[in-house]
Order: sequence, then structure tokens, then C-alpha cells
Amino acid sequence: MCEEFKLLKQGAEAKLLVCNYLGKPTLIKERFQKNYRHPDLDQTITKERIKNEARSIVRCKTIGVKTPTLYLVDFERRRIYMQHFENSITAKDFIINTKKLETGDGSANFNMLCQKIGETVRKLHENSIIHGDLTTSNILLIDKNPASKDVKYLEQDNIELVMIDFGLSHTASNAEDMGVDLYVLERAIISTHNDCPDLFPRILECYQNIKTMNKSYNIKEVINKFEEVRVRGRKRTMVG
Amino acid sequence: MVVAIGFEGSANKLGIGIVRDGEILANCRRTYITPPGEGFLPRETAEHHRENIHEVLKEALEQSGLKPDEIDVVCYTKGPGMGAPLSVCAIVARTCALLWNKPILGVNHCIGHIEMGRLITQAHNPTVLYVSGGNTQIIAYSRQRYRIFGETIDIAVGNCLDRFARVLKLSNAPSPGYNIEQMAKKGKNFLHLPYCVKGMDVSFSGILSFMEDKIDELLKDYSPEDLCYSLQETIFAMLVEITERAMAHCESHEVLIVGGVGCNVRLQEMMGIMCSERGAKIFATDERFCIDNGVMIAHAGALAHASGTRMDFKDSTITQRYRTDDVFVTWRED
Repeated sequence: MCEEFKLLKQGAEAKLLVCNYLGKPTLIKERFQKNYRHPDLDQTITKERIKNEARSIVRCKTIGVKTPTLYLVDFERRRIYMQHFENSITAKDFIINTKKLETGDGSANFNMLCQKIGETVRKLHENSIIHGDLTTSNILLIDKNPASKDVKYLEQDNIELVMIDFGLSHTASNAEDMGVDLYVLERAIISTHNDCPDLFPRILECYQNIKTMNKSYNIKEVINKFEEVRVRGRKRTMVG
Repeated sequence: MVVAIGFEGSANKLGIGIVRDGEILANCRRTYITPPGEGFLPRETAEHHRENIHEVLKEALEQSGLKPDEIDVVCYTKGPGMGAPLSVCAIVARTCALLWNKPILGVNHCIGHIEMGRLITQAHNPTVLYVSGGNTQIIAYSRQRYRIFGETIDIAVGNCLDRFARVLKLSNAPSPGYNIEQMAKKGKNFLHLPYCVKGMDVSFSGILSFMEDKIDELLKDYSPEDLCYSLQETIFAMLVEITERAMAHCESHEVLIVGGVGCNVRLQEMMGIMCSERGAKIFATDERFCIDNGVMIAHAGALAHASGTRMDFKDSTITQRYRTDDVFVTWRED
């Protein structure tokens, strides 16, 4: 059923194994035991995150946000089996590469990426999905046209965004949670891409400028909450 | 060779330290301790510092065996911290600078902790977990700044512990966190508490209000020891988790724990297990250097001074809000 395990990467909380499952390239995400935390706590957190991840992946499918297809959930072995994108690049590497090419912040690639990230995050939020760990490492770029073998990301029309790593996600429709989600993204971008100060403001702008599809979603409220969280976090006093 | 004196008083600790090129010549400290169930407030804390600062200064000079004219630079904590206690130290530091005719230099408190930790442990380029009563941050160095990768989005971890100690009416001597740590050693039953990690950020206010609201009910089924144990296990697991995330993110193989909460042995132990599982090294210090002290301010100030950072006398002010990543690091070449 499943053959050829290969360790792709050991992340902070999971091992990523590549295999061939039912004839498809598959990624196994195994949330191995963390010995530093209390076994009960470890069990609860792991189960919770596997559930969150599986649920949100399915939810994303229904609203048209691309995620890896879910193949199998195995609580016993703390594993999720999902589609593996062999030719993909993280948004993080894409930005770093673009920056290296000296095309700078103003390039079409940057604008396209900001637009897509803004759009996608907005779509998640309008459908009450809070990602919980938005970083540029958790956004993959893939070739829309699967026929081509090499990944060429210079053709803007041929790029698709894939959201991954939904372990910290949950569903909520309150502005506070969405504000925090945006704040997490801002923080991740500031620390990872400190040489691209325009990146997040541009993403936020795109996020704001999209027409609402969901009437109960209030963009003003979300942005206000975001500002509020920012003040709470960034300008916290020591006096608690 | 730079000889520096440092004045620290951003919270309830008053410390004065003297260093000569990383060699500690004096490290003197007084702590303002409040009765059980009470926290320290700015006005009373400032009063405590005012009453003690001359004595501590004398003690530090005696311990070092130096005369004021052998000192090259007078350093003090510019922030972050409580306004009133900060200004007590700033005023004394300014007075000394004028009396002794020496340059003055304001130091960021968090940078003080980091540089002190690097000096004591010899960690080279660690991911830093800075945990204290007022701060909770995951920091890594990149391009002349200590950048904040993760932090609390509401209250600090030490604040959460201190306030929980007040709920249980534990003693504030020597510190509320220390007493929780001792009680936790006797805890057996684990209570599930809200676990709140958002990306590389954490939130503790939910746990605290959960405990505050339900304390009477909880005490029917759990002993105070159990509650201390469960609280520690939960919040430290959150901290270790975000530290590990930051390490994976930065591909770092060293962790340095600094700040008052950093002397908690259980936190060090959990961090140690995480590190050994990913082939990383952990660095931590004991209470002499973890807890706020004057040496860290003197040392960080000496580094800045030696690399050419200067401050005009008219700029020797204080600020309650002063972020770690606001400081331009002139003394690191990597």
C-alpha cells in the first residue's frame, strides 16, 4: 500500500516522510512524541493538531483554497498522509531568490505574490478559517500547469498558491482571531524578510481591497482588531 | 580596556555592577519584596530604590576595589521598565557621570540580559529565550539587530506566575516564581489548562483568568501543589515549543535562556530535553546573572562604548517602552 519511505525534513514538531501511497507521491507528516512535555499534554496537543489540520484541509477544498489533498489520517501513529507537491517552492525561498536577482521590491513578481497571499488569507478568513501559523514557509508556490517539468516561476499567470501546515488552525468568525492571524503573519515577515519592509504592508493592502463575499464579515472590524493586537503586542509596557 | 559601572532598576530589583573587559569586579543587588498577595507598584518600588541606591553603590565600589576615576563609562538602564524606578537609577547615574566627569550611556535592559548570557555561557550565536516578569521574547541575531521572532501577545510569563502566586497567597520572598517552582516539585495530578500558541507567539492571559475565575472550584479536586505543577508544565511547554519553532526557522543549534524565569530548573530541564532531541546545545545561567543585575547593564554598555557608541548627556533619559529590536548593534561583526 505504501512504499519507499524517505525522510524529507525534520521540522520543529513533525517528521516529513515522502513515499508512494496508492501510486501517488505522498507526504507523511508524523508528529513525533515530544519528551519534554507531560505525556497527557503531548497526547492532547498532538491529537488536537492532527484534527485541526485534517478539518481545515477539507474545509479549504470546499471554498477553493488550494491545499494538499488529504489521503489518510492515522491517530495511532500520529500521522497524516497527504498529497506531495514535488515541484514546489516556499514563498520564503521565492522571496529570497527574487531579492537576490536584484529585481527588488518593485518587481512584478513581488506584486503578484502579495496580491495572491492577500487574496488567499482573506478568503480563509471570510470562510471562518483561522490558519494560526501564517508564515512564508507555510505558503507553497506551484506550477499551475503540471505538464512542464521544471518549475519556472517567472510566468506570473502560471503560479498557484498552496497553503500548508494547518496544525494550529481553528474555525472562528470573530474579528479578534483574524486580527491575531494577520499579526502573526506580520511578525513572521518582519523577522524572516527584514530586508523587504514593503512586503507585509502590500499584502495587507491587497487583503483589504478585496470585495466581500460574505456579508457577516466586516473588514473594518478586522483591521481595527489587528491594530489593537499590534499595540498590545508591540508596545506592551512592563507593568502588567 | 573598558571599565564600566552599570545601574539597573527597571523593576523591583536594584542592582549595581562593575566590569572590566568581561571580568566581573562587583555585582551587588537589593530586592524589594512585597507581602503575600501583593505585587510591587511603581511608587513604592522607586522609594525602595532611592533608600538603597547609595549603600549599594558604596558596596559595589568597595567590592571592586576601584576608585571612580578608574571607571571609563557610566551605564544605566534606559528601558523598558517601570518609569519611577527607572528614573531613580538614571538620576544617580547622571549625577555620578557629572561628578566623576565620565561619559554616560543608556542601555536597553533586554540587550543587557542577552549580552550577559553570552558572556557567562560563551554561547556564540544562540536563539535567545528571554523570560522575565515583564518580558517574554524569542530573539535571534541578524544583520546588526537582535530580532524578535516570537513573543507574548498579552502578559509576560513571569507576570502570569507572579499573579498566580498572589491567587494562592504564596510568599514573595525570595520571589513568587521560586516558590511556585518548589511547590510544583510536589505536584502529581496534571490538570489540563488552556494551551495557547499562535505561530511563534504565545498568550498567557487566558490561563491566568481561567485559574483566577475557577480557583475555589479547582482547589476542591487539586492541591495547590498540583496547580503549580500543571501551570508550570503547560506554560513551559508553550515556551519550549516556540523556541523550537524559532530554532527550526533560523536553523540554529544553540539556545540561551535569560531573564528571571530562566533560572527555573524545570524550564531548563525541558529545554534541555528538546535540545538533546534535535542535537542542539542549551545555555543557561543561575540566579546571580539570570535575575536583573547591574553587571549586565555595565557589560552591554561596555561593549557598546568600546565599539564607538556614544550618548549625549541631554539624551540620557528613560523610556518605559523600548523594544529589543530598536537597538542598533555596533559590537557584533557577524
